[in-house]
Formats: sequence, C-alpha cells, structure tokens
Amino acid sequence: MDDSPTAEAREAFLAKLWQIGPAMVAGTPHAKPLGMRFVSVGEGRATLALDYNAELIGDPASRVMHGGAITTLLDQTAGFASVAGFAKPIGVATLNLHIDYMRPSPPGETVIAVATAYKVTRHIAFVRGIAHNGDEDDPVATCQASFMATPLSGTGP
Amino acid sequence: MSGEFHGDPSFWDRALNGNVSKVLQDTVRTTLATLPYARMLGVEPRFESGNFMLVMPYKADLIGNPVLPALHGGAVGGFLELCAIIQTMLALREAGRDEVAQPKPIGISMDYLRRGRPEDSFARAEIVRLGSRVANVRATAWQSDPNAPTATLHGHFLLPSK
Repeated sequence: MDDSPTAEAREAFLAKLWQIGPAMVAGTPHAKPLGMRFVSVGEGRATLALDYNAELIGDPASRVMHGGAITTLLDQTAGFASVAGFAKPIGVATLNLHIDYMRPSPPGETVIAVATAYKVTRHIAFVRGIAHNGDEDDPVATCQASFMATPLSGTGP
Repeated sequence: MSGEFHGDPSFWDRALNGNVSKVLQDTVRTTLATLPYARMLGVEPRFESGNFMLVMPYKADLIGNPVLPALHGGAVGGFLELCAIIQTMLALREAGRDEVAQPKPIGISMDYLRRGRPEDSFARAEIVRLGSRVANVRATAWQSDPNAPTATLHGHFLLPSK
C-alpha cells in the first residue's frame, strides 16, 4: 500500500499545522514555564522562539539562560519539524539529541530555533537544528537529533 | 567501564567515593536554590552515603507529551545537564580547584531510552576525565527502577580558568 499523501492532502496538512501550531506549542505543558512560542512551520521544517526569561537563568553571574532551556527549545523545534515531516499526522518521541553550544545567548535577547527534518522514514525522522539570535550564521547552538513516530492517541510504547 | 554503567546498581558506590563533605553539600544546596532554572525544574540534591544525586520530583509542567504522557525531552536533558554540571563542580572542589565560575557545556549528547513517566526522576553523574580545561562527564537518569534508565547523557564541559 502506498501511504504517501497527495500533494493536496500534504498542503492541507501543513496549512492545518500552521493553524494549530501556536496551540500545539501552548498545549505542551513544559513549554509554558519556558515561554516558548510558535513562529512558523513548513514541509519538515519548524521555527520556534524563546524570549529571554530571567526564570531560566543558569548562571547568576552572567545572567545567561541555562543550557537546558536551549536544549528544550531545540528539542521542541526539532520535534515539531519531525511532525511536519512524517507522511501521516503523528506524535513524536526524542530518541537522541546532540547539542553543541557555540556561545552564550546574551541576556535580554530572544533565541530563535530553526529545525529541518532532512530525512524521514516511516518510523524515524532525522533532524538538524540551529538556535540563534537573528543571524543563522552566528549560532548560539546547533543540534542533531532523531525522533520516533508515536501514536496520536493511546498509551504509547 | 561503559558495559557496567547501567546494569549494576552498586556501580555508583564504587565509581563515586562517597566523600562529599557537609560543607560541600551545603554549597550544592545553596547553588541550586539560587539557580532560577533549577528552581523552575524543581530539582533538589540528595546525598546518599556521601554521594551526590539529583532528584526531579514530578510536576505537571514537566510534561512534553500529554497524550502518552511523557516528560519533555528538554526537561530530562536539562535535568541531566544540571546533574553533570554539579558533579563537575564537586570534582573541581575535591581536586582543590576552587574556581567559583560554573563549568559550561561545550557539546552534550542525550539518549532517550524509555518514556519519562509522570513520576519522580533521579540522576547521577560521573567524571570520566577531569582535564585542566575540559571535563568529560556521563550522567544517567532513572525513575522507579535504577536498572531501567530513562535517559543518559555524555558530554564535554569547559572548566573555568583561574
């Protein structure tokens, strides 16, 4: 059985993701204390943002947000890109996530994360992502991750 | 070493030497209490037979997937990262290196082995190598069963220079 969707169905799915994107991020309980927000979505692509939040400081001396906040933003964005990459509407679970931290994000600056699912199979999405302050060529951090498709309802694995 | 890393509960008792002094324990408590990100996650240190362990009590806003439900991969990652940083600070103190600045992550890798259930999580870390400028660290998180880790981390941390 060929389960690849028609171009029209694909377009409708991505339009739906655009529509429910903000609610998908807001509906993620852990996105709330961080303040992550939806920016955009495309075929196997997603952009999210994290405004500077003093409650996420990881080093009181520099007032820089903790690496874990950047990790969470990249995980969420890469997961969203996976959702936008799988052939069928599906949930995702992180299998592995590698993050390289290039520089601290200055206090007060918004962090933008862009992720691309560059290869999607039936069960697994392979994703790359960049976190930056407005210039993708000057990254705060980069990530490489893989995600597994999970059922949208039910008890899961 | 990596072969016995997950499977043997006594691994940690042998890997860690159990000599975190009361003064250092207080330092860790103060550090975490004054760290906004640590307070947001709600983590607390625990010292069993003098070894450091980080606990992340379950709360609803740690959830990433309400359908499964599962803890957010980023929350689990941040939890492991914090555990690794604290363990590195302890190793620096034990080595007589009283740098006050925090180790900074250079590159970290997380493997997610099981769904993080809506339960308390625990994590321990071990310094594989403490160099002059970089530490190589491994950390493991689990929930009710220490033999069934939910996630592991390994990474490099840049050490503060004097």
